[in-house]
Amino acid sequence: MTGEWLDIGAITQIAPGNARTLPVQGGDEIAVFHTLDNQFYALVNKCPHKAGPLSQGIVHGTVVTCPLHNWNISLKTGEALGGGPDELGACVPTIPLRVDAGRIYLLRAAVVGKTAA
Amino acid sequence: MNAPLDMKHVFRGGGDQERLVVIGNGMAGCRAVEEILARDPARYAVTIFGAEPRVNYNRIMLSPVLSGEKAFDEIVINDAAWYADNAVTLVSGDAVVHIDRAARTVVTRSGRVEEYDRLLIATGSDPFIIPIPGRDLAGVVTFRDLDDVERMLSAAERGGSAVVIGGGLLGLEAAHGLSLRGMAVTVIHLMPTLMERQLDEAAGWLLKAELESRGQTILTGADTAEILGEDGHVSGVRLKDGREIPASLLVMAVGIRPATALAKAAGLEVERGIVVDDHMVTSDPAVLAVGECVQHRGACYGLVAPLWDMCRALADHACDTPSGYAGSVTSTKLKVSGIDLFSAGDFSGGEGCEDIVMRDAARGLYKRVVVKDNRLIGAVLYGDTADGNWYFDMLRSGEDISAIREALIFGQAFASGGTQLDPNAAVAALSDGAEICGCNGVSKGRVVGCILGGANTLDAVRASCKASASCGSCTGLVESLLGLTLGGEVARTVKTVCKCTSFTHDDVRRLIVANAFRAIPQVMQELHWSTPDGCASCRPALNYYLLCALPGEYVDDQKSRFVNERMHANIQKDGTYSVVPRMWGGLTNPRELRAIADVVEKFNAPMVKVTGGQRLDIFGIKKEDLPAVWADLNAAGMVSGHAYGKSLRTVKTCVGSEWCRFGTQDSTGLGVQIEQMTWGSWMPHKFKIAVSGCPRNCAEATIKDFGIICVDSGYELHVGGNGGIKVRVTDVLGKVETEAQAMELCAAFIQLYREKAHYLERTAPWIERIGLEAVKAGLFDDAGAVAALAARFAYSQSFMQDDPWAKRAAGEDAELHQHLGEFRPFPAPDLELPAVLEPAA
Ligand code: SRM
Ligand SMILES: Cc1cc2nc3c(=O)[nH]c(=O)nc-3n(C[C@H](O)[C@H](O)[C@H](O)COP(=O)(O)OP(=O)(O)OC[C@H]3O[C@@H](n4cnc5c(N)ncnc54)[C@H](O)[C@@H]3O)c2cc1C
Ligand code: SF4
Ligand code: FES
Repeated sequence: MTGEWLDIGAITQIAPGNARTLPVQGGDEIAVFHTLDNQFYALVNKCPHKAGPLSQGIVHGTVVTCPLHNWNISLKTGEALGGGPDELGACVPTIPLRVDAGRIYLLRAAVVGKTAA
Repeated sequence: MNAPLDMKHVFRGGGDQERLVVIGNGMAGCRAVEEILARDPARYAVTIFGAEPRVNYNRIMLSPVLSGEKAFDEIVINDAAWYADNAVTLVSGDAVVHIDRAARTVVTRSGRVEEYDRLLIATGSDPFIIPIPGRDLAGVVTFRDLDDVERMLSAAERGGSAVVIGGGLLGLEAAHGLSLRGMAVTVIHLMPTLMERQLDEAAGWLLKAELESRGQTILTGADTAEILGEDGHVSGVRLKDGREIPASLLVMAVGIRPATALAKAAGLEVERGIVVDDHMVTSDPAVLAVGECVQHRGACYGLVAPLWDMCRALADHACDTPSGYAGSVTSTKLKVSGIDLFSAGDFSGGEGCEDIVMRDAARGLYKRVVVKDNRLIGAVLYGDTADGNWYFDMLRSGEDISAIREALIFGQAFASGGTQLDPNAAVAALSDGAEICGCNGVSKGRVVGCILGGANTLDAVRASCKASASCGSCTGLVESLLGLTLGGEVARTVKTVCKCTSFTHDDVRRLIVANAFRAIPQVMQELHWSTPDGCASCRPALNYYLLCALPGEYVDDQKSRFVNERMHANIQKDGTYSVVPRMWGGLTNPRELRAIADVVEKFNAPMVKVTGGQRLDIFGIKKEDLPAVWADLNAAGMVSGHAYGKSLRTVKTCVGSEWCRFGTQDSTGLGVQIEQMTWGSWMPHKFKIAVSGCPRNCAEATIKDFGIICVDSGYELHVGGNGGIKVRVTDVLGKVETEAQAMELCAAFIQLYREKAHYLERTAPWIERIGLEAVKAGLFDDAGAVAALAARFAYSQSFMQDDPWAKRAAGEDAELHQHLGEFRPFPAPDLELPAVLEPAA
């Protein structure tokens, strides 16, 4: 799996219920999550509220609670899930991720795309 | 072998039969042949090569053969007569070692060459062996074929103990079999949850508890470093954390890899598996492939159900009536007698998805179905899998379930009851004599009677007839009855921990202690949590309640802690951290100050500030640098100040009798002693203490959780103060004469608060809620209470007072501080940096 997908290491590097980070030179840091159901997701590590580091939040279901002001962010879509006026439509970019034979791959174009801006 | 040549000639009918050669006499290879024969028995002259020296058998039944529940004869699918009757030539015990696509021949190990018109590769999978030292020792086996089972059985005959590496389906079935054969079995599993690909945390926990109760040792989150040996034979394993487990047999069941070597060498397109199209045709139109060795639309399968679908499509194609295979949804059951477990589809939840969870602790049941857009997309069942197939059918058909939505979780029998789709209707249909509350033996009639008699809230019902007042699991039923009897929705009157449960904080605390619960998933199961793994509100609360109830025993659940407590520092708005080392009673010295100054310079901390808690706060430290900062502070004798914790924060002091002209007692010294007694303890919320040397109260002791004001004749003790959002002046608890008494009461008060308050309730609102009299009663009504509480606090503290920073500085939980790697999209050409740097694990 080369080219299109970027191998970022073994799934065992992230314990369930945790997240780890992948800084991108010249771009936004990426947070890679491992849920308690053993699903993996990647988001830009920036809360749509005030840029809190989502990687440091509590993970429950497929949601992470931002450590700064407790917004709940969907790991699947990056959307803020609360009903508040600020939260409507607030969203953080997700990075397509796949797990294959025990390793995690991110879509290279999405990772690099974050550096273009 | 035993090729029935005469039969073959009967079918050959003039020699125009195409020659079909099959590599692999396993489940898929033989089924494909059966499917072809069923469509057109005369079309092909079939030769099957099998590496195993036997006829085709049902591989999945090797588990019951291992455990002794079945004999090999009983699991044979195609006996010798079948091959003969169908004119299929079986060459067993002779593996194909080469495919020559140009010449259209295969060559076997023994040198036999066979020509084909069509070739079918059905080589299955190879067990994966983790590349650790000792993997070649005698006594290391995998679990794939009958030879493996025989190796395990002969080891089991000699007795002793076995280690199974891998807590997936295969590993657990191996462990079960070996344990029934009398071996002492330890399962070593890398992930925290058994069968994590099929189960969620809740079901994984139930499974682990059940296997442990059967005498197996299950080590989750355990990584094997090395297989130990003696005289060339396995003697045990050593884990990465240093633990050693003796064993005379080691079963490696960590996964499988499609067996693609032969296909790859023949130049066929191979990724993870042999790439096939919807008709099971490989990149060479003359070569087909089927079974676990293939990769279809990006997916590889490790279960039999998809093989049956693949074989149908393959046969349709091979007999010129192409249909096409579109991939399979799979479901899993564990074949361990007495354990009912089923999982299918996607149960990762998320928005748009709705989780419906039902737990019945008394019967050991956990059911979870996941619904999205009115369709069932996943199911996990533990304890009762009777409805597994029903859910699986719905899942595969993708039918709209909105009509049975409410009753879905209750299963087929209930959901097809037609008129009773609404659970409220089901409750309405119960007879008056039906028991609602099992704990207190309260019938439906009595509950309704109470409600009609004026008990129009849940609390009132609980108070009048006790229904749902004990374990609480019938709360939902009682609420239904309230709604049915009074009409309309009944507003919830009790404040539950969060939306995941119908229990209050007090209920949960009481039940944890009464039932000796020991783990978060256990509490969730026994107390019927309505979500699979809780939320950001209840997880930290449960973690604290268990920690408080089981000092020294409970293993803290890091992932249930708020970031600051997980990182042992305070997160800032820019994602950096602030670091506050303890300065006992506000005292410091040149060595500490120098170390702080050095840290500020060395790590370029942009700010250092004197806090309102009489100590120094270093700002702007990156998570990667925290362990190094702590190491430097530790070296100067400083430990964590817990400025981040629901825990003892500071003990603020004034200068007291040592220097102050008004000081009556040594307030500074007493403050230091108190801080040394109380630091490190986890509390429902943060806790602040102050000691002032006289009533001028320079340490602001009257707005602290626990405050001491020294007077000539002794010490005035104050509780429940708060200088924060809502200022509250302390209540006076009493007066004592000696430092020792002051300290004992301080410890007793803290322990009472630790054991009674709700999580995230500071002492001020706690005392407002329960009243000062209740606090005094808890401390003074029983003559021995103060001493007993203080002793419990001291016992708990004996496990708490090791500096969390020191452990991190020494390398514990290093992954919390390190990045996964760094991505450099535009590597500097002269540096030749790889695109991603992966830190050594
Ligand atoms: C650093 C400090 C301010 C300072 O520069 O002086 C501070 C900083 C914070 N306070 Fe405070 N409080 C600080 C002393 C106080 C005091 C004064 C005191 O303790 O004497 C109070 C009022 C007294 C009290 O607590 O009763 C105080 C009342 C609060 C409150 C309101 C608590 C309440 O029950 O109403 C919060 C919010 C909370 O805890 O939920 C809070 C929360 C915070 C947080 C943790 C906000 C947050 O969640 O990020 C701030 C963390 C900054 C950081 O990274 O360090 N801080 N905070 C003080 C640290 C003391 C220490 O050495 O540990
Ligand atoms: C112990 C156990 C329990 C299982 N339980 C379940 C279960 O409960 N449910 C479920 O759905 N699945 C289960 N499985 C998985 C299931 O058995 C497989 O999915 C299925 O057997 C795959 O069929 P296959 O034909 O692709 O491979 P196999 O059945 O492995 O057949 C491949 C055959 O090819 C032979 N072969 C390989 N290379 C060559 C060569 N070069 N020349 C000649 N022959 C060769 C092999 O020796 C083997 O006999 C279990 C598996 C095991 C081992
Ligand atoms: S008062 Fe406390 S919480 Fe508010 S800004 Fe200052 S430090 Fe932060
Ligand atoms: S920055 Fe995430 S909730 Fe405010």
